[in-house]
Amino acid sequence: MSLLAIAWKNLRQRSLASFLTGLSVALGVALMVGVWLTAKIVNDAFGARSTAYDLIVGPKGDPTQLVLSTVFHIGAPVENLPFLYYQELKEHPDVEEAVPVAFGDTTQEGGFPIVGTVSRYFKMGYGYQKPFKLRAGGHGLRDQFDAVVGSVVARENGWGVGSEFKLLHAGDDEHVHDEIFTVVGVLTPTGTPNDRIAFVSLNGFYAVAGHEKPLEESINQWRRFNGQDPLEGEALAAEVKRIDPHAGHDHGSHDGHDHGAHVTPDIQKEVTSILVRVASDGSGGGNVRVPLFATEINNGLGAQAVNPIRPILRIQKVFVGNLRNTLVVFSAVIVVVSGIGIFVSITNSMSERLREIAIMRALGARRGTVLSVIVAEAVVLCGLGGAAGLALGHGLLIVAAPLIRAKTDLLVDPYAFDPQELFLVPLLIGLAVVAALLPGLRAYRADVADSLG
Amino acid sequence: MSLLIENLQHAYADPDGGRTPVLDIDHYELAKGEQAALVGSSGGGKTTLLNVIAGIRSPDAGRVLVDGHDVHALPEPGRDRLRAAKIGFVFQTFNLLPAFTAVENVLLGMSFTGGQADRGRALELLERVGLGHRVNNLPAKLSVGERQRVAVARALVNRPALLLADEPTASVDAANRQKILDLLRDSCREGDVSLLVVTHDEGVASQFGRVDPIAEINRAALAAV
Repeated sequence: MSLLAIAWKNLRQRSLASFLTGLSVALGVALMVGVWLTAKIVNDAFGARSTAYDLIVGPKGDPTQLVLSTVFHIGAPVENLPFLYYQELKEHPDVEEAVPVAFGDTTQEGGFPIVGTVSRYFKMGYGYQKPFKLRAGGHGLRDQFDAVVGSVVARENGWGVGSEFKLLHAGDDEHVHDEIFTVVGVLTPTGTPNDRIAFVSLNGFYAVAGHEKPLEESINQWRRFNGQDPLEGEALAAEVKRIDPHAGHDHGSHDGHDHGAHVTPDIQKEVTSILVRVASDGSGGGNVRVPLFATEINNGLGAQAVNPIRPILRIQKVFVGNLRNTLVVFSAVIVVVSGIGIFVSITNSMSERLREIAIMRALGARRGTVLSVIVAEAVVLCGLGGAAGLALGHGLLIVAAPLIRAKTDLLVDPYAFDPQELFLVPLLIGLAVVAALLPGLRAYRADVADSLG
Repeated sequence: MSLLIENLQHAYADPDGGRTPVLDIDHYELAKGEQAALVGSSGGGKTTLLNVIAGIRSPDAGRVLVDGHDVHALPEPGRDRLRAAKIGFVFQTFNLLPAFTAVENVLLGMSFTGGQADRGRALELLERVGLGHRVNNLPAKLSVGERQRVAVARALVNRPALLLADEPTASVDAANRQKILDLLRDSCREGDVSLLVVTHDEGVASQFGRVDPIAEINRAALAAV
């Protein structure tokens, strides 16, 4: 009979004690799996958006605020950038992709943030190799008053393709805009802040009354942005006339001619920030063009370029770091408690087992053999308990995933495998060996003649 | 020669620091296939002698040869291997492992020799001791007599040169006593195994052609008396 067979027989003989010890290991491991996956989920939720683009370009100010407002939609935007600047930036040879983002209002129903953007936003994805997906029957932003909404917005407002909504103006004069947007697509869940956003066409966003800046102010803002003196008096009026020949007209009194659809001049448009993917330097490694391009932007007068990773890591450290550290300590305690459980179980059984060990020795078993049997019992217990714990942990997450999503909007993939789990079972087996050594040594040293009585 | 003992001495330590002699045997031998009963009352050192012969306890002096191997000249792993391969042991209280079935208890006897456990031989032996229909029973499900028969099968499974039996009939009733004794003697005769039975029972001893009173061969026992 092999050592494992002997160990298994011994475990079966003390089936209740073995089951309870194995169960404690399994529960410990299940808890650890839960802890790790929770930490991973929270980590992903705070970090996933950072990798779809290289830089966030926004007005000068606090870079953390820029990242918080752009990535997580927390807090107010720093300020706005001229749309003309975005148009210049996207033509820059270092820029592979630039996507404008403008936000400020909320949906009238549910109060979800409105983000004005272009359809390329969705092509960029919400993380490294994580493309947005639309539910069947929908499409991206095409027309002026199209809207694509996140999964939570759709669920909580009961919206689907064809639903219509209005914007609630943010600011001191809170009011509902007249313009009606139509949902043309619903995103599948991403587990990121995108789930709670109603994306509208940037053109539609500007078409909403009050979203365009007064032309005179826009002209001088653009001049100041480029380091030029502001215009006044006739010079300003001439510039206004040049840009918008209809400026100053009372549209209501000109029934006799057709102005066509009102199109906001680009100079009056603003964006909150620009998501930039920098063209590759061809090295295949770290793209040196990213910091060079950021430096170029930061040396300019009105804009800053922020690599979102650093602020996000800082945010992760503040919000998630302590949680993760706590969970790691928690996990370590669970491991130690499991080890103590095994130790106590084996130690308790030793007194009654010394005679059995002596019988095996009398039959010719070596000291090392009986020590190996004791260690094998602990290893089998831990191996089976660990495997059961992994299955239990993921099984519980399969059950809990819909509940977690309903309560927190966090996407839980119960089938996701944390690489740390690979080390869990060997770690537990190592722990079992350590826990079994002391009682095993008692068996090793047992006097056969005395134990046989 | 299956067993040869020369100038064997062993003493137990007293709580007061002194030593109490237990074994003091000048010479004792058992030829190959020979059967003998070592008889005497308790306290005569019979069980200690069996433990010393089996290499479970080390003597203070002297030597024990089993099938030509000097037991106590061997390092402990060597003694363990010798015990597994050359010595069968039948205990008064059977000493079967409760978690193992009858056949597994017999197989366990083969597990420490370094070779492969031969299930066929284990089953054959159980058949021979009349337990062919009870091979998968746990000891708790066997009668006292059946347990001792399993113990006999386990002791013989490695075809030992010497079988040591320590009061093998002390825990069984009269009907089973004779069966066990016959089984031991017949099995050893068939396998040409030397048999040394330790007993305090004159009725058991009287069935052996050779009866060695412990008091005659062990001077320490005589002194104790």
